[in-house]
Amino acid sequence: MSGLLLRNVSKQFGAFTAVDDVTLSVPHGTFVCMLGPSGCGKTTLLRMIAGLEEPTSGAILLDGEDITKVPTHQRGLGMVFQSLALFPHLNVGDNIAYPLRIRGKSRDEQRARAEELLRLVHLQGYAERPVAKLSGGQKQRVAIARALALSPKLFLLDEPLSALDAKLREAMQVELRQLQQQLGITTIVVTHDQREAMTMADLVVVMGQGKIRQMAAPVEIYRKPADAFVADFIGSTNLLDVMRDGKGHAVVLGKPVTGLKLPQGFEKGQISIRPEDVHLTHDASALKGRVHFVRDLGGTIETFVEVAGTTLVAVATPRARGDFKAGQEVGVELPVDAVVVLKS
Amino acid sequence: MRREVPQKLTDYGPLIFPAFMLLMFFVVPFSTMIAVSFFKRNPAGFYTPDFVFDNYARFISPFFGGVLTFSLGLAITVALLAVTIAFPFTYLLTRSTRATQTVWLVVLLSILSLSEVIIGFAWSTMLSRTAGITNALVALGLMSEPQALLPGFGAVLTGMVYQALPYTILVLYPALVRVDPTLMEAARTLGASPVRAFFNVLVPSLRNTIVATLIMVFVFALGSYLLPQILGRPSHWTLSVLITDQAIYQSNMPFAAAMAVFLVLISLALVGLTLLVGGRKEDA
Repeated sequence: MSGLLLRNVSKQFGAFTAVDDVTLSVPHGTFVCMLGPSGCGKTTLLRMIAGLEEPTSGAILLDGEDITKVPTHQRGLGMVFQSLALFPHLNVGDNIAYPLRIRGKSRDEQRARAEELLRLVHLQGYAERPVAKLSGGQKQRVAIARALALSPKLFLLDEPLSALDAKLREAMQVELRQLQQQLGITTIVVTHDQREAMTMADLVVVMGQGKIRQMAAPVEIYRKPADAFVADFIGSTNLLDVMRDGKGHAVVLGKPVTGLKLPQGFEKGQISIRPEDVHLTHDASALKGRVHFVRDLGGTIETFVEVAGTTLVAVATPRARGDFKAGQEVGVELPVDAVVVLKS
Repeated sequence: MRREVPQKLTDYGPLIFPAFMLLMFFVVPFSTMIAVSFFKRNPAGFYTPDFVFDNYARFISPFFGGVLTFSLGLAITVALLAVTIAFPFTYLLTRSTRATQTVWLVVLLSILSLSEVIIGFAWSTMLSRTAGITNALVALGLMSEPQALLPGFGAVLTGMVYQALPYTILVLYPALVRVDPTLMEAARTLGASPVRAFFNVLVPSLRNTIVATLIMVFVFALGSYLLPQILGRPSHWTLSVLITDQAIYQSNMPFAAAMAVFLVLISLALVGLTLLVGGRKEDA
């Protein structure tokens, strides 16, 4: 099979389980984002793929070949570190050509490849600059170019954009995605920034407490989160208790929701509904609530509504929503097709 | 880091104390020594103030030239050996657990507290025929009979490297601790084996530290005068031994001062040369 396969990979540090029985298949040419809060095991997983940590159990296969025991320097991969790890004693060109130098390529060949890569990351003519004289974004590009110097089978990035400011980060996300599509290289990015994952990934892997919580396309992760952890971690959401009443209806916030079907055997649990899907109306038909805070951010308005002792957030653009004031009574509609019943 | 240039005279206030100490305990004695080196020796007494070049002239002879060359060569060899041994050791030390590091650092500090005399006599016992390590080798069946490993150049070198090692490690330690571990990891992902990464990433990125440490050990080894006497033959005596001999036993202060001044000048020149060659790529 072409691509990367992790089979029941676990990693323990003493009594602490950093990665817990992860099985993951990444087809060739896919852009994967591993997303999760800090300490969820995503970086450890990436380091095991790179060979910088050895799995306690399980196997890692690349293009069908077991590489679990292959030392890092023989794996033929490119990696960008969070710290970037540019070599301070080498200039930009020599940094990029380092892997070629290691393989004994001629000086001319090194220089030609470095130039080619600098063009790829839009840094033509920077080869002679010392690394210390570059800006954050330029260092980022050099680190990417160096990791790609040998056209690796796998491109790994550990929180690559975290050191950049917000504007530059967004621009680099787009650029990184375009670069990956241009090269068609299997790429795995570790990030805790869900916007980053949504922008770049074909496949988002959400991790929590060492386990994969959900693995799906970005939109699906957002629209159909598998559990409360994913729903809460990806974007903001309203998590509400749900239970089945005597007649088999789903009851949310003390009222049955018509049309909401609970899966077989589901008695009580939680549902998720995104703030932009919560509709506030002036006619108090289904659910009654009281506005207790309005946050007007200009582009969007967040309205905090208290319904039966629970606070819900509704988000809308100023045009779509009539203005509600704090203290006002409102009707709350939860469109059934936007409600996701979560695995308990 | 950017520092503000002192504006007023009082901004230099904190410098008064170190400046005073430097003046009293370095500039004044060193100037005295330079002055004495031009004095005339008085065989009956001590010396009489004068301005003669006799002491320097006497120094320029094949014998003293040989001793000077040997002293510099010995100090350079000790510096190279100490750094070559200490650098990989310190690197591995910084990568080990905290408990291991603490134990090693305590051991190193206790070696540091030993005086040169104790180190000298300890090694002279260790290398002796009657109680030395060769007896252990005989017991293990690796040698047929015990032999004396001293006096000799090897013994002098062993003792001096042993004495210099704790200093070398303690000077290298802070720099190696600060090295970003991902530099080595990055080199490995780019195809360098750990050994190659050590030589073409770690060593060059600490080039300035290594040069500075070499100079420190060199200067340290240059001043050693007990170990060559305890562990070596007279042919292994350094210029420092001769200076002590002239100053203390021959009461020839002017000549001793002249040799000391000459030694300082030569070692300053060597240090300058090393900085010129070793530190030229500094642009970080």
